[in-house]
Amino acid sequence: MTSELATTSLDLGLSSRPLSRTTIPAIAILSLVLAQIVTRVFSGGGSVVATLVIAGPTNLAITYVVSRRREGSRRAIDRMVTAVVYSLMTLALAPLVSVVWTTVDRGLARFDGELFTSTMRSVVGDGGGVKHAIIGTVIITGLAAAMAVPIGLFTGIYLVEYGKKSRLARLVVSMVDVMTGIPSIVAGLFAYALFSQFQGPGARSGFAGSVALAVLMTPIVVRSTQEMLRLVPNELREASYALGVSKWRTIVKVVLPTAVSGLLTGVSLAIARVIGETAPLLIAAGLAQDTNTNPFSGRMTSLPVMSYYGYAAPGFPPEAGYDRGWSAALLLIIIVLVIFSVSRILGRVLRPKGLR
Amino acid sequence: MSFETAKMVDQEDKMTTTDTSPAESAGTAPEGMRVHNLDIFYGNFLAVRNVSMDIEPRAITALIGPSGCGKSTFLRSLNRMHEEIQGARVEGTVTLDGVDLYGPGVDPVVVRRQIGMVFQRPNPFPTMSIAENVLAGMRLNSKKLSKSKANEIVESSLRGANLWEEVKNRLDQPGSGLSGGQQQRLCIARAIAVQPRVLLMDEPCSALDPISTMAIESLMLELKSSYTIVIVTHNMQQAARVSDRTAFFNIDGTGQPGYVVEMDATEKIFSNPTQQATSDYVTGRFG
Repeated sequence: MTSELATTSLDLGLSSRPLSRTTIPAIAILSLVLAQIVTRVFSGGGSVVATLVIAGPTNLAITYVVSRRREGSRRAIDRMVTAVVYSLMTLALAPLVSVVWTTVDRGLARFDGELFTSTMRSVVGDGGGVKHAIIGTVIITGLAAAMAVPIGLFTGIYLVEYGKKSRLARLVVSMVDVMTGIPSIVAGLFAYALFSQFQGPGARSGFAGSVALAVLMTPIVVRSTQEMLRLVPNELREASYALGVSKWRTIVKVVLPTAVSGLLTGVSLAIARVIGETAPLLIAAGLAQDTNTNPFSGRMTSLPVMSYYGYAAPGFPPEAGYDRGWSAALLLIIIVLVIFSVSRILGRVLRPKGLR
Repeated sequence: MSFETAKMVDQEDKMTTTDTSPAESAGTAPEGMRVHNLDIFYGNFLAVRNVSMDIEPRAITALIGPSGCGKSTFLRSLNRMHEEIQGARVEGTVTLDGVDLYGPGVDPVVVRRQIGMVFQRPNPFPTMSIAENVLAGMRLNSKKLSKSKANEIVESSLRGANLWEEVKNRLDQPGSGLSGGQQQRLCIARAIAVQPRVLLMDEPCSALDPISTMAIESLMLELKSSYTIVIVTHNMQQAARVSDRTAFFNIDGTGQPGYVVEMDATEKIFSNPTQQATSDYVTGRFG
């Protein structure tokens, strides 16, 4: 009687024979090999895209069948969904890896000392550099941040701490949403038109470019500030009020320090978003071949514009222009990475000690 | 006791800075708080109706009652904290030592310096160390403090909150690294560091274990020699253990305003209340 009970409890399906750890990767490799064979047989070539398109579903099917026979349908579905998630993640990462790889590969050709020390002044073919574009990028983006960050921060503070659900706050929120959707070329045209009013038609300057970028940047800063300030627990504000601290002091000394790490991330994301803008700067800041450190007069070039002209007007021989374009793009990626790293480190240093 | 006289002097000092104080109350013995016909609204919704009670100085007053009956709302109206919710307002009067807290020209920020508050969940500032948390009330108001004076306040406040021995060697460490009970005592230290006249406590032990609860309760009994304490609690045994007077709040149904059923000496409320509802509640027949 008792032994019978023991055997039936074992038969409840509590135990199963799980697949070994190597089975799943082995199936993935097998499907890749199969797909490679199929593409070779049918097209003779064996293109990467075709192989992956065939290997993905094959992998799912084999995984499901094998797992179902050994482990039952619940585990089989689990395995299959896991495979779907991994495949889609790979799909999403592929363009990113491809872009970075291509840029590094082609950008390194001209990533030399001359690139950083010389400009495009009287350069037609070989040689030349992006010094003027680096300076232009720093000036234009810096001025844009100097305009957009305070406006964005204070608007975000207003929305979360003061406006709440008032009519004005709702109006501001919807305006910010609309601003987020502005195509960057429209921002460029706006800045161009604005400065044509003061400086006459056709006026282009670094400052006009930074106004265009600030228009694009402000809504991003507002949004991220809003999100970060909302994360600050209301209990901290109440604790401060209960000590007889005024609202503005509570915001400056309690709310902002608590959210500082997130605010920095938001600002650096916004900078990264606009530092690569090309279209508005083409219109508002134009192209210059030499260094211009005065943002209020004369054209000013930035790295993405330089990159664009590397292909649009490569000069002769054209390869020199292409290489400079790729190097400018690589430099831009590196600058964005540096901005992110600095903001991460700053955020870590300033982050509330208790939350580390 | 020197602490006592220092406090009185400090009170006089504060009264002159509030510039709402009638001269007669400065320097005299505190009369506590008087609430008269207080209605509390959120927009058009009447949350608590017609509360009148005297809160005795240097004593613990407990507010008990079922959930949603407006105890916390009432407590928060005593230092105008409820105004942080949009549309909240009151009708009636609340006086502290004779000064109407809702009188014209009274600044809620100044009211809260006199009437401190401890919350349900411990909420030390995560950006500050233990010492900075204690000094937050002064520092956030950018009051200038000499180093020795600051150290003195940190030590006396932490001693007052029975926390000094546990944290004296790590004053510069973050306050959020303490246990829940220690954090709550840190919050009490922070509240008493600004020397308020009244201390409001909104279920200060409901997030704590029994041992921390015991520590806070014995602390309250010590604090009542210098502070007027009002505590909201769901724990009737706690009210019976620590309070001198108890007010029982009730509500007739959802959407109805809360009201005070009766208020009396704690022993009377728990042994021989005049109202049937109070007797039912304290004996555990409902709520």
